[in-house]
Amino acid sequence: MPAELRCDDVAPTLAELAAAGSTDLRARRHVESCLRCQAELVQYRKLLRALRALRTDVLRPAPGLVADVLASLEEAGERHAIRALLTGRRAAYLSGIAAATAAGAAGAIVLASRSRARNARRFRLAG
Amino acid sequence: MTVTRHGPRGSNHPMPRALAELVAAAREGDREAFDEVVRVTHADTYTLAYRLVGNEEDARDVVQEAYLRAYRGLKSFRGEARFTTWLYRITANCASTHLGRRRRHQHDELPEDDGVVDEHPGSDPAEVAAAALLRDRVSAALAGLPPRLRAVVVLRDVYDLPHDAIASELGISVTAAKVRLHRARRRLREELFPLPGEADGEEASRAG
Repeated sequence: MPAELRCDDVAPTLAELAAAGSTDLRARRHVESCLRCQAELVQYRKLLRALRALRTDVLRPAPGLVADVLASLEEAGERHAIRALLTGRRAAYLSGIAAATAAGAAGAIVLASRSRARNARRFRLAG
Repeated sequence: MTVTRHGPRGSNHPMPRALAELVAAAREGDREAFDEVVRVTHADTYTLAYRLVGNEEDARDVVQEAYLRAYRGLKSFRGEARFTTWLYRITANCASTHLGRRRRHQHDELPEDDGVVDEHPGSDPAEVAAAALLRDRVSAALAGLPPRLRAVVVLRDVYDLPHDAIASELGISVTAAKVRLHRARRRLREELFPLPGEADGEEASRAG
């Protein structure tokens, strides 16, 4: 049979016992038979009630907070739009450069093949 | 700055459906809907930020950062959790980051003594006064905790966030979050609701 728990063993679980109940039967059994732990449990229940009551308090910030938040959202939105615009332009420049390069390369290939054909014709005539 | 105390949750807020509709519209890219979400939720967000960082200036910075992150991450909000819970998590994360930066760069200032306005006085003035006094004592005790203990107890016991969410937003393990919570609760309990013998610094004898 396991040894009985002491107050010091149960103390760390008392707040959780007050908050959500505990499945630790040995701890519960100890509290049921210990006036000091019962008193501490009651104090924890009071504390948790007082903390929960704070949830209904709403602090009113000094004026201007909403305006500041909306301005920062606006600014972030503008930055995002500018970035998107720049990204779009960059993409357009890059595709323009790529198209020009491709056209140049194609032109060079055509010129080279024409010049090769001309040279071949010349050699044939000379031969 | 003042503290407004409202009765049943939501009496100062629109119906949850109205907020849900605003959030849905904002997710579709409606900027004005998101602006409205900010107007509706900012006091709540500010309250959490203030409780976490302990002063007005930092709380305002945290709120701004939280809404920016929320706006950027709105598409990732799937509506499985309440929007406010999602926003609390972002705010907690921003506050944690902010406190980390502040620890490196600044010294802590004493919190201001805030005016309190009770908009819903109960019927018994003595009870109302006692409740207000207790809330002020609890707020002061929270403000006196080290930030890392305060964050955990505020998120768990005031805002009811689960342990894993708290751990995730504060960048600590669930075990560490639970240990901090236990320490925070014990310190608050000893300060606010001491057992006989604890109030004057004596540890009450444990019968065993």
